[in-house]
Amino acid sequence: MQDFVQHLVNGLSLGSIYALIALGYTMVYGILQMINFAHSDVYMVGAFAAYYAAKWLGIENQPGLMSLATLLVVSMVICAILGLTIERFAYRPLRKAPKLNILITAIGVSLFLQYSGQLIFGADPKVFPEVMTDLTLLQWGNLSLRSSDITVLIVALIAMVGLHFLIHHTKIGRAMRAVSQNSSVAAMLGVNPDRIIAMTFVVGSSLAGVGSVLVGMKYPKIEPLMGMMIGLKAFVAAVLGGIGSVPGAVLGGLLMGLSEEMVVAYLSSTYRDALAFGILIVILLFKPAGLLGRYQVEKV
Amino acid sequence: MLRTLKLPFLSFLGMVVFGVVLEFGFSAFIQITALFVLVNMIMAMSLNLVNGTSGQFSLGHAGFMAVGAYVGAFLSQHWTLFPEGLGALNFLLYTVLGGGLAAVFGFLVGQPSLRLKGDYLAIVTLGFGEIIRVALLNMDFLGGARGIHGIPTVPEGFGLSRFMAQYLFGSFWVIVCFFFLWRLVHSNQGRGFLSVREDEIAAESMGVNTTGMKVRAFVVSAFFAGVAGVLSAYFVRYINPSSFGFLRSVDAVIMVVLGGMGSFTGSIVAAVLITVLPELLRTVQQVTGVDLRMVIYSLALVLVMILRPQGIFGNKELRDFWRKK
Repeated sequence: MQDFVQHLVNGLSLGSIYALIALGYTMVYGILQMINFAHSDVYMVGAFAAYYAAKWLGIENQPGLMSLATLLVVSMVICAILGLTIERFAYRPLRKAPKLNILITAIGVSLFLQYSGQLIFGADPKVFPEVMTDLTLLQWGNLSLRSSDITVLIVALIAMVGLHFLIHHTKIGRAMRAVSQNSSVAAMLGVNPDRIIAMTFVVGSSLAGVGSVLVGMKYPKIEPLMGMMIGLKAFVAAVLGGIGSVPGAVLGGLLMGLSEEMVVAYLSSTYRDALAFGILIVILLFKPAGLLGRYQVEKV
Repeated sequence: MLRTLKLPFLSFLGMVVFGVVLEFGFSAFIQITALFVLVNMIMAMSLNLVNGTSGQFSLGHAGFMAVGAYVGAFLSQHWTLFPEGLGALNFLLYTVLGGGLAAVFGFLVGQPSLRLKGDYLAIVTLGFGEIIRVALLNMDFLGGARGIHGIPTVPEGFGLSRFMAQYLFGSFWVIVCFFFLWRLVHSNQGRGFLSVREDEIAAESMGVNTTGMKVRAFVVSAFFAGVAGVLSAYFVRYINPSSFGFLRSVDAVIMVVLGGMGSFTGSIVAAVLITVLPELLRTVQQVTGVDLRMVIYSLALVLVMILRPQGIFGNKELRDFWRKK
């Protein structure tokens, strides 16, 4: 029982990280109907931005709330700028191109970021600085509640609530929803779709920035190829919840984290990567629109 | 019968001449690159049938290659049917079986997932490719993460060197693949594939079994992907699961798109370019001292997509350029 609760906590904190990254995928998909493969590498750049920022600001050995906040802000800003640049120079020229071309461009950008990352940051893994001292808050038999897990959960929760507020209670959010429903009608009513799409990339990428710092806290090893697997899983999470749906991404991310933790705990850790895709295939076969997605009637 | 075989035979002869030139005029490094070009040609052409001709998007081609490669490697180490003198026939048989099992997998994956559309299909096939890789990692009798070492290769004989034997074997399959796919696409079935690509709803309302068409294209494509896998196993003589990762599938997609979706000669040209270009960029690496190859490669990909989205050939074939309008 204690073990089970422990795995539950671990799974939830892992899942909330997946959810943060999945939100980026789902937002871009909702508005552009494209899979932004480069998202996972934006996340990787965010982790490195935080790593170097901590070095330059000299806060790598000063764990605490202040450092966490600083690193979060740095990583979010860098990711947002990167997301904006990618959108402007790679995706915007292809707005009217066939879907496949956009998908391949996204893969190209992703490869570009990965290999430039290997060139600039070096291919060897680096140790992420200790952002918060990892305390054991509660010890109950085998169950130990660590502060890092709690911090991850709280930060992720704040980010998601913030996103919900942005989408549902601000002007920009309303414009985003309008563009995702029908961008040409939104344009007629005075919304500039290009600006809103750019804004979506900013928001999605900065969420990846938050995710990258949280992952750095939990698994302090960063490398230029770290985005690939977690990106694929986050994407699966987005599909699982229903791609294009914001609550779906959160639900999908949490389910994904939980099931992965449970498989590692009770079955075998070697199958953890296959699990994600197994789930994906099953969900697509039986409920292609995802758990919270809506079916769309095909019109001729 | 003779007439239908004339063109394939002539092109095979052309490839043999090219092989002889390679054999006597060039270094072993260029020779092995030529072998990779053959593998990539088959890979690109087979994927073109799904991505180009039928308009579906598969991102799991490496998975089928892996199936073929492992079957080919395993059989060649554990099973011989034909006696010593006819060794090459054994390898022909292994290749067919490797492709066959890949085709079975293609059917199993395609049957349910081809009902999905566009991006979703891409994700399912991607997932399938990853599952195959992880499954192979966990299969101990296939070497697990260590892979399979010391795979026998196509036997030398009739005074042919090892390179020549491998090259002829590969060329044979390239020719088979090209002409099979070419004639398939220009047949009644091929019209069906094209109709699915052009407008699925219209095709369905005209009585085309769209899912059936897609599955058929997928199975044929998987067969040749498996063949490409077997060939790569015999050429490199060492395989492990990570040589069939996601990037391998991406490579195949890049070749198809660069050559032009639906253009088989385009795929061939792109396969040559994509295989040779990184090797040529090695000289750049010697000048700059850092490995810029992949960076240039990925940047070129994005630029091609933006500047020439239809690929080198568009949906034209090579012969369309000198045909009268």
